[in-house]
Amino acid sequence: MLLKEGEIRIPSGCAISGLISRDGNRINGGEIVKSISYMHDRSNGLGGGFAGYGIYPEYKDYYAFHVFYNTNEARERTERFLDRHFDVINLSRIPTKKIPAIKNEPLIWRYFVNPLPTKIASSQLDEKEFVAKCVIRINNDIDGAYIFSSGKNMGVFKAVGFPEDVGEFYRLDEYDGYAWTSHGRYPTNTPGWWGGAHPFALLDYTIVHNGEISSYDANRRFIEMYGYKCTLLTDTEVITYIFDWLNRKQELSLEDIASIIAAPFWSEIEGYEKSEPEKAAKLKYFRNSFSSLLITGPFSIILGYTGGIMALNDRLKLRSMVVAEKKDVVYIASEECAIRAICPDCGNVWSPRGGEPVIINLSEEGKRKCL
Amino acid sequence: MPVNFFPAEFEVVRNADKCIKCRACERQCSNEVHYYDADYDKMLSKDSSCVDCQRCVCLCPTGALKIRPNENAFRKSANYTQQLMIENYRQAGTGAVLLSSMGTPKDYPIYWDKILINASQVTNPSIDPLREPMETKVFLGKKPSGIKKNPDGSINTEMTPYLELNTPIMFSAMSYGSISKNAHESLARAATELGTYYNTGEGGLHKDFYKYGPNTIVQVASGRFGVFKDYLDAGAAIEIKMGQGAKPGIGGHLPGAKIREDVSKTRMIPMGTDAISPAPHHDIYSIEDLRQLIFSLKEASEYKKPVIVKIAAVHNVAAIASGIARSGADIIAIDGFRGGTGAAPTRIRDNVGIPIELALAAVDQRLRDEGIRNEVSIVAAGSVRSASDCVKAIALGADAVYIATPTLLAMGCHLCRSCHAGKCNWGIATQRPDLVKRLNPDVGAQRLVNLVHAWDHEIKEIMGGMGINSVESLRGNRLMLRGIGLSQKELDILGILHAGE
Repeated sequence: MLLKEGEIRIPSGCAISGLISRDGNRINGGEIVKSISYMHDRSNGLGGGFAGYGIYPEYKDYYAFHVFYNTNEARERTERFLDRHFDVINLSRIPTKKIPAIKNEPLIWRYFVNPLPTKIASSQLDEKEFVAKCVIRINNDIDGAYIFSSGKNMGVFKAVGFPEDVGEFYRLDEYDGYAWTSHGRYPTNTPGWWGGAHPFALLDYTIVHNGEISSYDANRRFIEMYGYKCTLLTDTEVITYIFDWLNRKQELSLEDIASIIAAPFWSEIEGYEKSEPEKAAKLKYFRNSFSSLLITGPFSIILGYTGGIMALNDRLKLRSMVVAEKKDVVYIASEECAIRAICPDCGNVWSPRGGEPVIINLSEEGKRKCL
Repeated sequence: MPVNFFPAEFEVVRNADKCIKCRACERQCSNEVHYYDADYDKMLSKDSSCVDCQRCVCLCPTGALKIRPNENAFRKSANYTQQLMIENYRQAGTGAVLLSSMGTPKDYPIYWDKILINASQVTNPSIDPLREPMETKVFLGKKPSGIKKNPDGSINTEMTPYLELNTPIMFSAMSYGSISKNAHESLARAATELGTYYNTGEGGLHKDFYKYGPNTIVQVASGRFGVFKDYLDAGAAIEIKMGQGAKPGIGGHLPGAKIREDVSKTRMIPMGTDAISPAPHHDIYSIEDLRQLIFSLKEASEYKKPVIVKIAAVHNVAAIASGIARSGADIIAIDGFRGGTGAAPTRIRDNVGIPIELALAAVDQRLRDEGIRNEVSIVAAGSVRSASDCVKAIALGADAVYIATPTLLAMGCHLCRSCHAGKCNWGIATQRPDLVKRLNPDVGAQRLVNLVHAWDHEIKEIMGGMGINSVESLRGNRLMLRGIGLSQKELDILGILHAGE
């Protein structure tokens, strides 16, 4: 019997692509669909997905939950849970377009919600933690319900299929955002389940990832000590939780997180001991304290978050990834063709070194417009 | 003439054509097996004294010698084996507890040999350690539970005291007394050169070896032999020995014959007296007492050194380890029941305790379930026999391993399991000056360095095959392991899948 994603660990190869307008100009979703479609051969039709930031300006103060349901019963149970814990401002089916390439879709719903202040107070958690706990609880406890997007003014769209078909299915050309990431998946066997497609998201963090990390179980068993439960058994899931823990909970900067998960080699750290002893001490501290969060094996990831995106390769750079710019827009993709497809005259094309984070945040103007 | 109830265990086979009667074997054998008969102009042997240490075989210039098991056989019984019958004869003759040395020779499951390691194919590249950096540096000690910031917003990078190892392999405790000064010197010098640590065992630290202090773990055991301020100050870490895998629940006994002048001084006990470590520490009758000893030692060493608590792997090892992790220890060393010993009651060595593989897996999982795995590092000991055993131990959850028997092999030991007799022909487990000098510490140290280098290379090769380029990504990475021929219960305890899953 074929096991569902989460019951078995499925390695995947992949394509990733992302872009951001630093000045907060809104970019149509059709652009990212076009970009990823040029890497068609890096996917095999068993998963594609997108994350858009700044796509719900009219609801930007509410958490947008995107949910897959297998049955109406699961939907009713989930909605009862949401009613108990949240103020639901708006709910609807996510608009989709029937196309032959995308089949067997689950029920796909969207909710704009805010947690009830009384519930937050009695939980003794901060708001984000409360929301994250509710999402994890629904995903674990309600059979047939799966919240695959849960941040504010952003959303994940994913399915089993080629990414360009997934984009058409979700009518992404009807959305505009200041940043987009996308993913085409090449799993080595059939996950058969939409939840297994990428991006993986928790709150406003989303990860698209190309690679297969060899440190997976070391990372998983460490992060699970801190209240996370890796139910999908995918790299993307565990990497998202690592970012959530280090960035949201430990309040480490993205640069520092890069030097934990793609830590410099000892030979490099020793080189800093004389020239930059404080830097060497910090890097050694990170490698000692958070050794179980070092990620080895090939990966190229794009992390999306409110106000920016970050790209990172494993420290040996075992996966291709290029970056390019034009005016205020920065493009990142597995292959340069995916960038040239939407920006033929882009400049400053370069390949970041292994372990070198590329962090692009909204400019002050962009923040004023979008946040 | 008294009846000899059992025959010699070994038979010395001498090829008369090859033997040149040089009498080297006679000079080499502390058990006085070989002798020259002038009347017959022939080398003869007293087989019943032979322990099969292979010294004469290795030293015979013409290769004339062979030691083989005596083929004389009692009537076969699967229940009353010949070994068991001989032990009963022996006890009927002496009225004494049977003594043994080194790890149990009994045929218990060796889980290392029922675990297989993964490698990359297609979806993920393997990494060639000859071309890419491959890291085996390890830190042992408490890790912070989260980031602490300084008032200026920068990250507070202070750590509690820790050990830094260039390779995840340390030399396990063997006391001066149970092994020779030259053996200790070999270990100390090798640990220094390798950037790892050796362990004094419970016999104190010889004054000549204080200079190796930065690579020394000083042990505090129930007998407190040789423990005083300078000793605690000398080491890089302090280990409280609560138990030993080969003899859980009992203390130690070093016969007076081994307590010669230097051992006596180092242990701080009179010459010729037996050195008896009590079964329990008489100031530790419960977990809260252990906490007091941990903090007494930390106070005495001004909180500058990590404290290791070493326990034998017993049935409820996970709960015990959890208690220790909450008691201020920085490192827990777990010693499995197949581990070695200089002397242990045979019945205890062969029947008490549990295998390190199961104990390690249970402890690592329990500490994670309780969210306190960061409070301590785990060192696995008790029959880690090769680089692949190291890799498996680390993937099950160990931060590092302790090895002892392989270090003895490196120095020449042939596992004759007669350490308790004190007549080690290889100059290791003896205090007889004429035997001790057979072990040259220059050679011993070099061979130990070679051994660990070889293992470290192998660990790197295996890691590279898995696509892992740093040992911390191997630690607790149980997905890299599969069981072969194990029951579901065993797999559940080890926390691994079966091969093919």
